[in-house]
Amino acid sequence: MARTRGAGGPLLELTRARWLEFAREPEAIFWVFVFPVLLAGGLGLAFRNRPAESLKIGVADRVGAEAIAAALEGAPGLAPDVLGEGEALEALRTGKLALVVIPGDSTTYLFDPTRNDGRLARLKVDDAIQRAAGRTDPKLVRDHQLDQPGSRYIDFLIPGLLGMNLMGSGMWGIGFNLVQTRRRKLLKRYLATPMRKSHFLASFVLSRLLFMVLEVAALVGFGWLVFGVQVRGSMINLLIVSVIGALAFAGLGLLTASRAQTIEGISGLMNFVMMPMWIFSGVFFSYTNFPESMQPFIQALPLTPLNDALRSIMLDGAPLGENLARLAAIGAWGGLSFLAALKLFRWS
Amino acid sequence: MDNKQFAVRCTGLKKRYKDVVAVDGLDLEVSVGECFGLLGPNGAGKTTTVEILEGLLTPNAGEVEILGMRWGSHDREIRQRLGVQLQETKLAEKLTVEETLRLFCSFFSNARDVDEILDIVQLQEKRRSWVSRLSGGQLQRLSVACALVNYPDLLFLDEPTTGLDPQSRRQLWDLILDFKLRGGTIMLTTHYMEEAHRLCDRVAIIDHGRVIAEGTPGELIARLGAEHVLEFALENGVRPPDDWLLTLPGVQQVSYKGAAISLTVTEVHEAVPALLTGLAERQLTLTQLSTHHATLEDVFVSLTGRHLRDG
Repeated sequence: MARTRGAGGPLLELTRARWLEFAREPEAIFWVFVFPVLLAGGLGLAFRNRPAESLKIGVADRVGAEAIAAALEGAPGLAPDVLGEGEALEALRTGKLALVVIPGDSTTYLFDPTRNDGRLARLKVDDAIQRAAGRTDPKLVRDHQLDQPGSRYIDFLIPGLLGMNLMGSGMWGIGFNLVQTRRRKLLKRYLATPMRKSHFLASFVLSRLLFMVLEVAALVGFGWLVFGVQVRGSMINLLIVSVIGALAFAGLGLLTASRAQTIEGISGLMNFVMMPMWIFSGVFFSYTNFPESMQPFIQALPLTPLNDALRSIMLDGAPLGENLARLAAIGAWGGLSFLAALKLFRWS
Repeated sequence: MDNKQFAVRCTGLKKRYKDVVAVDGLDLEVSVGECFGLLGPNGAGKTTTVEILEGLLTPNAGEVEILGMRWGSHDREIRQRLGVQLQETKLAEKLTVEETLRLFCSFFSNARDVDEILDIVQLQEKRRSWVSRLSGGQLQRLSVACALVNYPDLLFLDEPTTGLDPQSRRQLWDLILDFKLRGGTIMLTTHYMEEAHRLCDRVAIIDHGRVIAEGTPGELIARLGAEHVLEFALENGVRPPDDWLLTLPGVQQVSYKGAAISLTVTEVHEAVPALLTGLAERQLTLTQLSTHHATLEDVFVSLTGRHLRDG
């Protein structure tokens, strides 16, 4: 007398159980969602681009002072003030002013050449005064200032953190849970039912994909809302790369956890596997800082092509076509790990 | 011979772990509808035996037949019809009772309704509680519930009541007896003699991976040749000679455990006065004396010279 089965069949129920267990673990939520956002917030704040401060310039209250002050007023980054001469000299001496201009037949600049702001003020003030007096620049130049979204440190950081998070939560989410299930003899209990082993393993991978969407949304959303970090390429492409990355690290997580029997054992193994990628794969800074001889090794790590692909889509708006080689490398890591995990897996 | 009448049959079962022989040539036959008990101290090989029968371990040698089928060729068919409760399983702590049962139901093609199982194991009130919030007895009932989700024909219970308080134990016994009444076959391991006596139609006593005695609880006790056990101890742990004790009226067997001496006797009212008189003649002082009806425990002691709980 057959009755209703679990509402959605074994794969769905296993995935659901995995999801519920994860969602009810406050630590997991913290490390997967809150920690990367805090990290992004902290680093973004520390390395933010400060607007250049205006240099304070004193103009001695003599004939022509107003004209000079007006000329300086029109130059960017200078804040002139007309002061009594004694007062101006006192302010210069105590570092409140970067430079004092004394108008006259020949204009005099008073400044301390050992101070950076003094030297800088000398250049800018002179430039402004000469231009006001009619000097023209023979060579046309243009400034391109690197404070636009897309080229700041936070723009570099967000895709790197995204890659790191895809790796970390894939590895931890699967490895920890799996070893726990094995250690509690729950895996053995499941095997005593007609549950298919492939369903069991697939449920880990599927639940990872669900979390992945939320992780990407949290981090990209945070970067956009707080720092104005934009995704130049298509969101779909970003998601596709994230899916491939998440699957690859799910495979690597399965492999890492395929034989471990204790939480201590799996923790050590996970850190051992992830540590080189935290350092070398260009999460916080570009991997080109490492010597040329190390590059082949760095390129062989799965997180490196993932970070590169995420950056190319988020920052350069690159299409998927430009990332095929990277995606193939990531996919190969995932596929081979998964196959090896199936071979090595300790079911009891 | 018609295999179908046996729910479990195994012959020449052997299992070695590195340098330990856990199961050493074990034969068992359990008929359909029977409640069969495996008795033995810790480390006797009960759990290993059961896990081989459940298809979770592969034996080094021997044949296993479950419900007329063999592991290796009919695994999924067998599993559809088995109910298994493992001794050490800890269910996922952060799932509720209901979610846990739903999950287990999803594995079977003929699962019960979650409500129906909750009724059977009386956990309706706890359906929305996390597994981590359950008491020992509730946990154990949930564990058995997970084994009942598929209307199993054969139920394996590995020490289902170990560590439970008497009331929880009785609740579980009722559950098991009810399953048996409905025609289910049960294979149970335990080291509680009362449990085996109460639930099992037949028991096999296992020691060092072998069956050392098999039969109904009544038969095994009858094999002692006496219905009562007389236990005593003497001052300074003195042991009177065996041959004298065996001449006392009705004494069938003598065994020792530390300072305690136990006699299996047919008639207590004849043996006790004779013992007291004899001890007085030898000027030996009793420090302890008690009698009880012979139990499976006494059967085990008489067969091995050890108590079941000694491990």
